[in-house]
Amino acid sequence: MLIRSNRSLSLLLACLILAMLPGIGSAGELQLNMTEGVTAVSQEVYKLHMTILWVCVAIGVVVFGAMFYSMFAHRKSRGAKAANFHESLKLEILWTALPLFILVGMAFPATSTLVKIYDTDNADLDILVTGYQWKWKYEYLGKDVSFFSNLSAKSKDQIYDGKAKSEDYLLDVDKVLYIPTGKKVRFLVTAQDVIHSWWVPELAVKRDAIPGFINEAWTRVEEPGLFHGQCAELCGKDHGFMPIMVEALPPEKFEQWLEEQKAEALAVAEAAKQTLSFDELYSQGEAVYNQYCSACHQANGQGIPGNFPAIAGSKVATGELSGHLSVVIKGVSGTSMQSFADQLTPVEAAAVITFQRNAFGNNMGQSVQPIDIVKYQQGQ
Amino acid sequence: MAHGPAKGISRWLFTTNHKDIGSMYLWFSFAMFFMGGIFALVIRAELFEPGLQIVEPAFFNQMTTLHGLVMVFGAVMPAFVGLANWMLPMMVGAPDMALPRMNNWSFWILPFAFAMMTSTLFMEGGAPNFGWTFYAPLSTTYAPDSVTFFIFAVHIMGASSIMGAINIVATILNMRAPGMTLMKMPLFVWTWLITAYLLIAVMPVLAGVVTMMLMDIHFGTSFFDAAGGGDPVLFQHVFWFFGHPEVYIMILPAFGVVSAIIPTFARKPLFGYSSMVYATASIAFLSFIVWAHHMFTVGMPLFGELVFMYATMLIAVPTGVKVFNWVTTMWRGSMTFETPMLFSIAFVILFTIGGFSGLMLAIAPADFQYHDTYFVVAHFHYVLVPGAIFSITAAVYYWLPKWCGKMYNETLGKVHFWLAFAGLNITFFPMHFSGLAGMPRRIPDYNPLWADWNMISSIGSLLFGAAQVLFLYIVIRTIVSGRKATDGVWDGAEGLEWTVASPAPYHTFTTPPEVK
Ligand code: HEC
Ligand SMILES: [Cu+2]
Repeated sequence: MLIRSNRSLSLLLACLILAMLPGIGSAGELQLNMTEGVTAVSQEVYKLHMTILWVCVAIGVVVFGAMFYSMFAHRKSRGAKAANFHESLKLEILWTALPLFILVGMAFPATSTLVKIYDTDNADLDILVTGYQWKWKYEYLGKDVSFFSNLSAKSKDQIYDGKAKSEDYLLDVDKVLYIPTGKKVRFLVTAQDVIHSWWVPELAVKRDAIPGFINEAWTRVEEPGLFHGQCAELCGKDHGFMPIMVEALPPEKFEQWLEEQKAEALAVAEAAKQTLSFDELYSQGEAVYNQYCSACHQANGQGIPGNFPAIAGSKVATGELSGHLSVVIKGVSGTSMQSFADQLTPVEAAAVITFQRNAFGNNMGQSVQPIDIVKYQQGQ
Repeated sequence: MAHGPAKGISRWLFTTNHKDIGSMYLWFSFAMFFMGGIFALVIRAELFEPGLQIVEPAFFNQMTTLHGLVMVFGAVMPAFVGLANWMLPMMVGAPDMALPRMNNWSFWILPFAFAMMTSTLFMEGGAPNFGWTFYAPLSTTYAPDSVTFFIFAVHIMGASSIMGAINIVATILNMRAPGMTLMKMPLFVWTWLITAYLLIAVMPVLAGVVTMMLMDIHFGTSFFDAAGGGDPVLFQHVFWFFGHPEVYIMILPAFGVVSAIIPTFARKPLFGYSSMVYATASIAFLSFIVWAHHMFTVGMPLFGELVFMYATMLIAVPTGVKVFNWVTTMWRGSMTFETPMLFSIAFVILFTIGGFSGLMLAIAPADFQYHDTYFVVAHFHYVLVPGAIFSITAAVYYWLPKWCGKMYNETLGKVHFWLAFAGLNITFFPMHFSGLAGMPRRIPDYNPLWADWNMISSIGSLLFGAAQVLFLYIVIRTIVSGRKATDGVWDGAEGLEWTVASPAPYHTFTTPPEVK
């Protein structure tokens, strides 16, 4: 009796599993299926995915159907007597050849989509994407615009203490990557430290970012829209915290945005000329530290022993200023202490160095001005 | 002439008896299975809901890394070697393994390897945190200091596996009873013979790749460091040249186990014996030429991408042959559903589902969306948990009466099966969905979009864990107080192992049996 009810349970479970597969598709609250995406390529990929899924479901129905029928009908408890056949060359040939045909049938559309994915020629715009531990750098080649894109402060605040999570939790960034609609945009993907992978599901673009290599990928988005993605290759501690946001803008708006970026760069250069008070530097430095440095050196300045050194009592932060400048501006090659020359404006760099030299009991009583940073960079 | 085991601890330390060594392998693997399981539960606990609650990301990465390494090298591989030790000599009518002293050595270095590896958890900088695939340069230039211990541990495990494999090949090729021709060998013997060759071929490659890491870290080379003219992608090619056959190392012996159990409980000979042998050999061959399907997104040239895609799709053919043969073995049999049979049937169904997702992953353009998401996690857990773990479990229930002379409790065995079956599907099926919906793997925290699936998975993992505690209880209860088993144990069982007494005497087949 126990056995019997177990069997119906198993049938039920198996049916449930099978029933779940075709249920895929209607997104709603609970997304089950791959996104169709917004580009011609992503939609082709989606179609491939659905085709192979249905092929599998069909084979599954036949194989599991035969199996379940057999488990029901050919049981000792129903008086089944065992047959003794154990070989059939015809059957073996049949079930070697049949799958082979199905596979060849699948190989054609897969090949044609792959060829399209690889066709990176004749791009209208090139963007160099560089993975860093744990942020992305975007450079619009030939446009004089480049910036870093980090996890937004809003998401960072929601990580701990069971705080309510916003809808784009861990998927939103401080600076969005803008691209023009209707243009072929080529991404040149590389990395500064370890391997990352730049993935935006709705564009069906996933390319590994590998130090020393430049991989190519491309997309063409027709309608304006905002798309989220994440780093897809384990890249260390904060691998889960380096999202991607791409927004497609109509070309005019995109050009306008480019101009704004250039103006902003000018303003930054202008700001580097000012002299700031110790308090201004210290408080701004604290904010910069929490945004850019605390992932490794920790908010309390103690670091993580064996991985990231403490700033509190650090020989560098309490030693010669030039040493400190060198670590922050040039980075330490071969470690995750990257160069912050491009990530921080001179004001921010001056502020965070001032902060590090005075916070966590370092008390050097010394402030660093933006102009010191500029001079250091020029003298380099 | 026939003498019993030595007394006390020296029996275990110095034994050269294949049954003692087999038991030690199995117990060791069981222990590692629980350790790896605890690591998995830490992962699932952290992923129960969005936000960081239990562990920090740095520690989370150590858990994913150690979970993978311990399960692959500590639980699955030693369990199959344990089964091989116990069963191969009895199945081919040999008195023991061909190289008994080496057998002792290949087991006893394992506990040291794992002690070394887990000790890294207590080192400054923590345990290895770069995933069980340990991609450079995350595992070299950017690794914690403990990576050196990890490298030595891998070397020791590799040496153990190679010695075990050589022993198995030597036993099968030289020690068969008269009349036991190759094509009369039980399929478990065949699959292990092929697996042993895979091991001998690829474990040195693994040893090579970790040695190159060691050189990069300590001796100033730059095999994998782009800044020194090296190539991080080279690491992945070499790793997966080992890693893909490794996947089959963990599944081929499982094919052998299931090919023994299904005929027994269907009371009907295995369908297509010779095609099973050829299919196993083809899978083993193909496993050497598909490694780069793990690397579709690294930026290989189009041609390479296509070659690896086609080769990978081809693997579906011999794998399909196997599944069809098992189903046809069941067809028109006279089936009963004791615990080993239940686990074997679940193996066929769930492994096939894992095969389906494997076929999907083989489609390179679609893989661009699946790669490094939970879809992949679902895929390889569907092939490894029902594949390796369920078949090992089935094997334990099937042969335990022969090993200890006592029967396990059938009702408890069935409860174990249904708990494990439900736990497995509740844990891993939702991962298909979270993966397709875009959740990357190896992240400690995630967007609420995937929260429901993760919560279901976490609950399932607890159920699966509980089922394994029950398994431990069942095994111990059987050994301590099971009722006496007959020599034949199962009424449909065929093979030399069933011709000896239960429990199998300390020495079997000191004079070779007749094989007709
Ligand atoms: C990705 C991790 C990471 C981030 C983010 C990071 N650092 Fe570091 N930092 C390191 C590592 C690793 C070292 C040790 C380098 C070495 O081996 O010399 C280090 C060293 C330093 C040192 C020298 C400490 C010592 O005593 O040796 C200073 C100063 C420093 N970092 C400042 C900063 C500042 C300022 C920021 C933010 C703008 C920052 N770091 C962000 C990883 C990081
Ligand atoms: Cu990354």
